[in-house]
Amino acid sequence: MPTSPSDRYDLAVVGAGPGGLAAAVTAADHGLTVALVDAGPRPGGQFYRHPAPALGAARPERLHHGWSVFAALTARLRAHTAHHRITHLAGHHVWTAERADGWRLHATTGPGPDDAAVVEAAAVLLATGAYERQLPFPGWTLPGVVTAGGAQAMLKSSLVLPGRRIVLAGSGPLLLAAASSLVTAGAEVPAIVEAADYLGYARGLPVLLGNPAKLAEGAGHGATLLRHGVRLLRGSAVTEAHGTDRVTAVTVARLDRRWRPVPGTERRIACDAVAVGHGLVPQIELATELGAATRATPDGTAALAVDGEQRTSVDGLWAAGETCGVGGADLAVAEGVLAAYAVAGRPAPAGVRRRRDRRRAFAELMAAAHRPGPDWTGWLTPETEVCRCEEVPVRAVREAVAELGARDARSVKLLTRAGMGWCQGRMCGPAVACLAGDGKVGADSRPLACPVPLGQLARRTGPDAD
Amino acid sequence: MSRRTPAELVGAEPGPAHTIEFDGRPVPALPGQTIAAALWADGVLAWRTTRTGGRPRGAFCGIGVCFDCLATVNGEPNRRTCLVPAEPGDTVTTQEGHGRADLAV
Repeated sequence: MPTSPSDRYDLAVVGAGPGGLAAAVTAADHGLTVALVDAGPRPGGQFYRHPAPALGAARPERLHHGWSVFAALTARLRAHTAHHRITHLAGHHVWTAERADGWRLHATTGPGPDDAAVVEAAAVLLATGAYERQLPFPGWTLPGVVTAGGAQAMLKSSLVLPGRRIVLAGSGPLLLAAASSLVTAGAEVPAIVEAADYLGYARGLPVLLGNPAKLAEGAGHGATLLRHGVRLLRGSAVTEAHGTDRVTAVTVARLDRRWRPVPGTERRIACDAVAVGHGLVPQIELATELGAATRATPDGTAALAVDGEQRTSVDGLWAAGETCGVGGADLAVAEGVLAAYAVAGRPAPAGVRRRRDRRRAFAELMAAAHRPGPDWTGWLTPETEVCRCEEVPVRAVREAVAELGARDARSVKLLTRAGMGWCQGRMCGPAVACLAGDGKVGADSRPLACPVPLGQLARRTGPDAD
Repeated sequence: MSRRTPAELVGAEPGPAHTIEFDGRPVPALPGQTIAAALWADGVLAWRTTRTGGRPRGAFCGIGVCFDCLATVNGEPNRRTCLVPAEPGDTVTTQEGHGRADLAV
């Protein structure tokens, strides 16, 4: 039978990235017993993803920004783990949270029927991070076209590159960070193709001046890219990837203010890989399935609505980091710390609160600057695949809208299967919402936050199990 | 300027490489690498064909979200190779469609 919880924890933190780590160690500092439940094999989340110990990396910090913060957090984690104040449950994918005199989290740890675990806690903090937003373009399903975060993740964890000559494309600061990592690790990056014009940042000058660390981070990436001769093409997009069984080149075109490609501006760039992404989408289904309120962020995604203490609208459920709106690692750390103080019933240091507020303002500015323009769909062709899992082309989605009356992503899914596949609409969802015409920002409904083997679902779990 | 490798950048001194088998041929893997990473390092970008169009796919999101990197590992289909560590002697085969042709009636 599934592992029974021997103890009920004061706090269960889901996700061991920057926000979750900071929350767990801060809560433990204040005497709470904490379960740190994480899908990854090692703490760090996506941002601090690092090589497996067996790879023997002497200088993992060379692929990271702010490694010292992570080193300090993991040192505190080790100390608390040694004293049994934190139980770190690695390789645990939480698929649902249910109310049970507090909370009961259900996790899967592998494919077998017994690879399941239940964690009970008085309070739950979600620090489940984000995944990348993708906008399809012709050829984006070719091998060699990968996500920008994916290229970075594979590099950070396994020290590999998808190719030797890699074009970065999409929108948002992750493109700069990923390009910086890739060139430092030996790849050639002929261009970063950024759809936004970056002028959006100028509208928030006071916010920028209040965040010198974020400017320094950007300047650091800029200096690396300059040194390696990487071109930043602003107001442009990759409108097609070429190749038969793998990508061999891309077409880049200028965009107008609404992100419609400008005819006659196309040029071709040879490459053997393309890394793409349009910012990040908060991963919040565990909370939204419980009815937690969301808010629309300026870049058009749904994030959890939280109060000044990081409380969601659901009693006993807290959130930190990208789940509250994408804003980077140091914002996540600040929010994790604030949440932990609140769960522990202690007043938080004013400095942390101020840092959170400054970084959150920067995040909102950044989100507005990289919000997709309304006419990006102008680079799609009828045969461009929108849903990668179910292989649904643009033509089918447009037919569902124009001829069958679909007005939202859910109707399109029922009519075309777009969003019904393995990834549960995580890759195609934003695009389908735009094509369906409502472009409405809403949280997707996913009763199971990750795939669960049927053998585990079939088992009765909890104290009333036989 | 000679370009460095990711391993040189982080000063990696991994244990000895081991070997996995991909579609009948040996592919080297470093201890700690995932199956998808070992395939990338060998220049392989595709290890699945889609159910409808039969088109090649490989790793896309790299973090276990997109399910494009599915392959048959040691006879078990639909394994996310970007998450599964490569173990010595693993047999990886290109997954055709849903990978359950044996269940066809």
